[in-house]
Amino acid sequence: MVEDAPDVETTGWRVADEVLEALLETIRESDEDGQPTIDFDGFVAERLADGSAYRLETPTATVEIEASTVADAGASPASRDDPSRALEPIAPYVTNWYVWERTVGGRETARRAFLRWCEGAPLDDPDVETGETKTDASDVLERYDALESGVVRHWGELEITARLARESSGHSGCGERVYEIRHVQDADATDETLEDHNDPRDAREIVTYDEDGRYRPLKTAPTLVTGWHFAGLSGDDLVETVRTIYPATIANWHREQRGDLDVDHWLETAERQTGIYDVIDELPREALEWLTEACCVDSQCLKRREWEYAADEPIDTDHGDGVFPCREPCSLVVAAARKWAILESEEEKTWELELTTTEMNQLAEIVNAVADGRVDEIREADVYDGANRYRARYLRAKRMDDGSFGEEATDR
Amino acid sequence: MQALVIAAHGSHLNPDSAQPTYDHADTIRKTGAFDEVREGFWKEEPHFREVIRTVESDEVFVVPLFISEGYFTEQVIPRELRLEGWDPDLWDSDGTDATEVTLEVGDAEKTVHYCGPVGTHDAMTDVIVKRAETVTDDPDVGPGFGLAVVGHGTERNENSAKAIEYHTERIREMDRFDEVRALYMDEEPEVDDVTDYFESEDVVVVPLFVADGFHTQEDIPEDMGLTDDYRTGWDVPGIVDGQRIWYAGAVGTEPLMADVILERAVDAGADVGDALEQVESWTSETPAAGD
Ligand code: SF4
Repeated sequence: MVEDAPDVETTGWRVADEVLEALLETIRESDEDGQPTIDFDGFVAERLADGSAYRLETPTATVEIEASTVADAGASPASRDDPSRALEPIAPYVTNWYVWERTVGGRETARRAFLRWCEGAPLDDPDVETGETKTDASDVLERYDALESGVVRHWGELEITARLARESSGHSGCGERVYEIRHVQDADATDETLEDHNDPRDAREIVTYDEDGRYRPLKTAPTLVTGWHFAGLSGDDLVETVRTIYPATIANWHREQRGDLDVDHWLETAERQTGIYDVIDELPREALEWLTEACCVDSQCLKRREWEYAADEPIDTDHGDGVFPCREPCSLVVAAARKWAILESEEEKTWELELTTTEMNQLAEIVNAVADGRVDEIREADVYDGANRYRARYLRAKRMDDGSFGEEATDR
Repeated sequence: MQALVIAAHGSHLNPDSAQPTYDHADTIRKTGAFDEVREGFWKEEPHFREVIRTVESDEVFVVPLFISEGYFTEQVIPRELRLEGWDPDLWDSDGTDATEVTLEVGDAEKTVHYCGPVGTHDAMTDVIVKRAETVTDDPDVGPGFGLAVVGHGTERNENSAKAIEYHTERIREMDRFDEVRALYMDEEPEVDDVTDYFESEDVVVVPLFVADGFHTQEDIPEDMGLTDDYRTGWDVPGIVDGQRIWYAGAVGTEPLMADVILERAVDAGADVGDALEQVESWTSETPAAGD
């Protein structure tokens, strides 16, 4: 064992037995030219020309291991102590390699890409041309530094924190990551004030009802309740939890990252429908602006709308800033569109109503209050608000008969 | 790697609609028979449209958690999953025989084994009987009892009645209950007149529905006269015209349903090890009678 760069500060990281074994085994299983196959996140293993040793190179330090150590690895566990200590200067690179290649695995999967994103590592799909696929030299050390204090990412209303699991906290010391999820609004809450969870399936309860106990049919509506957290999650459990809270968002985001998100625009989706939804392709073109304004903007849904009326016919409504894309009109929008398609087939008429200017404005205030979900916030005695209950009851008593503004309005 | 996708209807309005889907999926997860188990929905998320892409496995078994062959199993699910080359004739079924067809999907490099619905599988007969045992709290229920299997009726889908008849006939052949009849919500013989169709003093009523919802929790109990207002609940058993009605609620909530889902996947070639035995042993713990 030769240490090539003794001046490099040790990182305080150790290479656990398990990791060492995997490393030596991988080096041993060289390719047909006798070259080891490690080239990952700035960590490269190479056999010296004379075959006497292997060079393990990272941007900040290089370590050499004698060929005999590698060859004996399996047979002489007693000698392990030595290589393990010698690897300390490059330990983060080694454990980083181990975590991604052995623990996480799943090259090119959405799961892996998401976990990389969670700690700010670039995607490592080989065929992605985002221009960021190769790690910058010192990235792993920077990342380990950041992971030490926690890398925080936002995914919809979720705040996800990735950390390195230290041996001292009962972990293996294999570079394992642990994750925490909480509501973004609970960013500053202390752990004790949050309900503690660690089973991804607990998330099902959390996503089912909003703060007022109403059922949430759209999982990406910005109405996720606060007051809980999932702590100490493994990567797999993190993905499972996110999948439960925001189904299929990771898969579609990953497709988008790879540049192959398959968007189905309004017309394609509408024309595909059958049964009671067959009518939705009759919704007038201009209604799509209103529909997306009603359902898809950020205040209603955290997905970023990528679908348009047709590929060459964009809808003007704001698409939203969400991290994850919406690739086709969802079932809620399809169901609502059925109602609107039917309503839009009705003829327009001119109405004559006796209202004061303030009463006319009050109607607008009521519509706004309902549309903005503000009704519950209006104070009982706030008669200055046109959508106040007493104000609405007064208007009804004065201007309406049998719950309607006039005979004709009920005469459909 | 192999994945199981349970394809269910779900609801925009009723949070309980998906509960049986999650429960059965959890049971199957616990067996470890599949590398991945996912729920996919028509009205919830992940949608049928996007569920296949959420699995890593190359081989995906899709089991519709539907009672009968028809609009959903023949049109909606195959279309939304993008099953390439799908044609209902591939099932070669006259309404209750669909087993499996293997196809590719248009949006992922995966092989999908598209299975027949749970409701028409032979194992479903046992679940109906099991439901009767559960609601009466008697593993030997049968003698002295009538059993009504309740379905929608033909109005919406003629195969729905076929599935009801099929299981009714199979239970009748067991010779376990004194009387076995199929009743419907929207055609004769109607569930409203349940006591007209049975002579037994005790009648177990099992609706062949996947989940509890308006039909099973509101319409049927009121139609049978078990209660005037579903919101105030009803007794089990409840007395109607001097007969005891043991109303079971949706058969799909019975834990043994997980077994039918597995059977469907096995018929389609899934290797599930001893998962069937595991599920049967977990669900055979019928509560001790008479406590
Ligand atoms: S269509 Fe997409 S953006 Fe619009 S509400 Fe549905 S999920 Fe959200």
